[in-house]
Amino acid sequence: MSIIFADALTISDMIKARKISVREVLEEFFGRIDEVEPRVHAYINLSREEAYLAVEGLEDELLRGADAGPYAGVPIAVKDVLSTRGFPTTCGSRMLEGFVPVYDATAVERIKAAGTIMLGKANMDEFAMGSSTENSYFGPTRNPWDLERVPGGSSGGSAAAVAAGEAPWALGSDTGGSIRQPAALCGIVGLKPTYGLVSRYGLVAFASSLDQVGPMARTVRDCAGLLGVIAGHDPNDSTSISAEVPDYLEGLTGEVKGLRAGVVKELSSEGIDADVLSLFKAGVDKLSDMGIECEEVSLPSFSYGLSAYYLIAPAEASSNLARFDGVRYGYRSPEEHEDIWEMYDRTRAAGFGQEVKRRIMLGTYALSAGYYDEYYAQAQKIRTLIVRDYGRAWQNFDVLVSPTSPSTAFKLGEKTSDPLTMYLSDICTIPVNLAGIPAISLPCGLSDGLPVGFQVMAPPLEESKLLNVAYALEREVGFEALPPI
Amino acid sequence: MEYETVIGLEIHAELATMSKMFCGCSTDFGGEPNSRTCPVCLGHPGSLPVANAKAIADSILLALALDCDITPRSIFHRKNYFYPDMPKNFQISQYDVPLSSGGQIVIDVGDRTRTVRITRVHLEEDTGKSIHVGESGRIHGAEHSLEDFNRAGIPLVEVVTEPDLRSPEEARVFMQLLRSTLEYLEISDCKMEEGSLRCDANISISADGVLGTKVEIKNMNSFRALFRALTYEEERQRFLLRDGGTVIQETRHWDEGAGKTHPLRTKEEAFDYRYFPEPDLVPLEPDPRFVAELKSGLPELPRARMMRLVEQYGLPEDISVMLTGEKALADYFERAVETGQDPVELAKWIAGDLVAMLKESVVPIRHCPLEPRGLGELVALVAQNIISGKMAKDVLREAYETGKGPKEIVDSKGLAQIDDAGRIESVVAEVIAENPEAAEDLRNGKEQALKFLMGQVMKKTRGQANPEMASEMMKKSLR
Repeated sequence: MSIIFADALTISDMIKARKISVREVLEEFFGRIDEVEPRVHAYINLSREEAYLAVEGLEDELLRGADAGPYAGVPIAVKDVLSTRGFPTTCGSRMLEGFVPVYDATAVERIKAAGTIMLGKANMDEFAMGSSTENSYFGPTRNPWDLERVPGGSSGGSAAAVAAGEAPWALGSDTGGSIRQPAALCGIVGLKPTYGLVSRYGLVAFASSLDQVGPMARTVRDCAGLLGVIAGHDPNDSTSISAEVPDYLEGLTGEVKGLRAGVVKELSSEGIDADVLSLFKAGVDKLSDMGIECEEVSLPSFSYGLSAYYLIAPAEASSNLARFDGVRYGYRSPEEHEDIWEMYDRTRAAGFGQEVKRRIMLGTYALSAGYYDEYYAQAQKIRTLIVRDYGRAWQNFDVLVSPTSPSTAFKLGEKTSDPLTMYLSDICTIPVNLAGIPAISLPCGLSDGLPVGFQVMAPPLEESKLLNVAYALEREVGFEALPPI
Repeated sequence: MEYETVIGLEIHAELATMSKMFCGCSTDFGGEPNSRTCPVCLGHPGSLPVANAKAIADSILLALALDCDITPRSIFHRKNYFYPDMPKNFQISQYDVPLSSGGQIVIDVGDRTRTVRITRVHLEEDTGKSIHVGESGRIHGAEHSLEDFNRAGIPLVEVVTEPDLRSPEEARVFMQLLRSTLEYLEISDCKMEEGSLRCDANISISADGVLGTKVEIKNMNSFRALFRALTYEEERQRFLLRDGGTVIQETRHWDEGAGKTHPLRTKEEAFDYRYFPEPDLVPLEPDPRFVAELKSGLPELPRARMMRLVEQYGLPEDISVMLTGEKALADYFERAVETGQDPVELAKWIAGDLVAMLKESVVPIRHCPLEPRGLGELVALVAQNIISGKMAKDVLREAYETGKGPKEIVDSKGLAQIDDAGRIESVVAEVIAENPEAAEDLRNGKEQALKFLMGQVMKKTRGQANPEMASEMMKKSLR
């Protein structure tokens, strides 16, 4: 089998064992990219030259036996929401078309230090706002399992790249499900860490209190490896946690007997497609087979999660995106302007897409005088209730489970006419971000040839337990299918 | 109708920390435009703020000096508005849960004291600087504007007072005391002309005890401007009310050249800043022990020191106020007192001649070429009648300019006062002989002639004749 569908850690071992050269690895992946990119469009910009340049020196280093990082030579795709020094970072937007940052995001610094080689910047919904990658200024990404369908969003490019064999693993970001939902729709594994575990320095902010960077890969083990690279305190991020980072790979024992899993009632009944529900239930049965006690649990505040999220996230976004004004960097309207106000208006009208503008307006409204208490403040109170519901659940359960997405991949254009329909894609993933807890999505089967994702959630900073449960389930499910592309 | 002026002040002071409020860029003044910037203070995508611990400590220190309560858990808020000098188009500031609140400070105005309540002291970041390119240099009529972000992100401490001030003079005295306080604490350069100390005022006129409509006044760039602007505005409002008009709630801009205030924007156009808690920063929870440490480390503050100098050394109050306006000056005085000379004399010399010379040569007191003990030496020479007070002024100037000790100057130039009665007598006789007309005038009672004749004595003795002795002898001779 070609290495394009091998998992990252295997490729890493092969490189270390000198079974393959780092240059050959790149050739394989760029070859695959050239073959399928015209149809998938997972990337916005490829860093072919830079990648080959990087491996030139690397080959010698490895020959000398120098330590070039734990994953030296393993290629990776990076969602275009992360700042990459000297290489364009667009966030899927016209606003940053051609914008070249002067610094690397901490997560990018860390994957570089680990020796990985960036293949390119992955496509995404503009400024991470969306659930289908149809909101990208540079055109949508298509699902490798069915090119008429969406890969999910906002990390759709990262998910499709991994699913299609265009990268062994990728970095994505998750604010309301943007790693997990595309992972589910593309049949791969995606993890959102505990809020604060991975530095947000260099992650272009959408909703500051919800955003997190996370790993997306073919296997749970790969996710564990990549998480270990990027996790850990960063003095450049004041919300970064100081806790010690365990060895996530070591924690993958597969021993899960006696653990207790709560099946979230509010996320596994109405609003979920029948086929998804049936595969999810099959997944729950597999957990039981492994000796995990499964029981239904009700978390009533979850029904308000979507509403709370669609007030909090746009509110923070309206402020975070204010900096895009054409003054210091990025797109500036080329017309003649009477004054600065005209320049702002024209620049932002032309630079931002529809969904981004929609959310900025929504968010501005929710924060405005006379409405703040009713909307933003109220939404934050709901958030507290959600945190409390989880808190109570953790007293009786080690993990909580639910489907990741209410449906399998929908068709391009199917949900674009009504924003609310699109927003409903996030009902299972949103409460996780509101509470800041870690969660993972892994494939649990195919329905009509389309992948279904299984979501596992854990208490804050319990990624080891989370990964271990996912690891055990992954083995039990045995998902080996590859997309037809 | 009983009219009373009501004034409240909002002051911003740049903290003299080494680096900016939320990033490590230098806060040095000047420099090539946009040379002291980084992704954080330029608001680049993905950048995040990290709070400057020293700035927080400095703000707490100021709050303690103003007798405020330190909020156990305060938070930063985002103040959202668009302007090209704003890198993020929001300012990280504090809103309803500030660092501190509920303090007070006492000011002396004439023979009265006034307690001015401090509503709050909080921390925020400064904006960049706009340079408008056009004829007037102001925004109206400018062709384009240049933005320098060196200043963006510099820590600002904001002090807000209750409307407790009752006159422009009180406002000025308050600002001077606040400036001294900042200087004593060594947390700010507080130069209004350089922009490191800024002040906006809210002024209204209450009629028969009923609070009037307040008007905000901006663009007062010196203590003098503050006084003039408030004086103008006070008069404008009083006249308006007396003529039966109403004061509109608005913001007015002080025009230093024209000596007037002009309206800037009315209340209806006031911005909605959409304040919400800053999600990129954690709440501030200062350790009570650290706060206690800061409190016990507070230096003696200006007013307390002023009163102590009056009490301890018998200084006249106005001189004490002058000396304690600047900590280094008061320190200089107290070091001079250690020489054992008369404190009042020392104080007069410092507050008068020495300060004038420092101002003339634009030298700060800490670089004064004359050491405190040198001043003590000078005062001793006068006290011992070795030189006259007038001579001492010249000796002081020479000591200041050459760095030589006063005693050395007096000795080397033979300037010691002539107290030898015999010598003085002979000089007096000489002068009388050489100036018969003036002598005759004095004999006839014309007192002006004494001045002239004394001048001649001083000329002959190069100013060294003991003036009292010479004067007595002169008068006796011509009786």
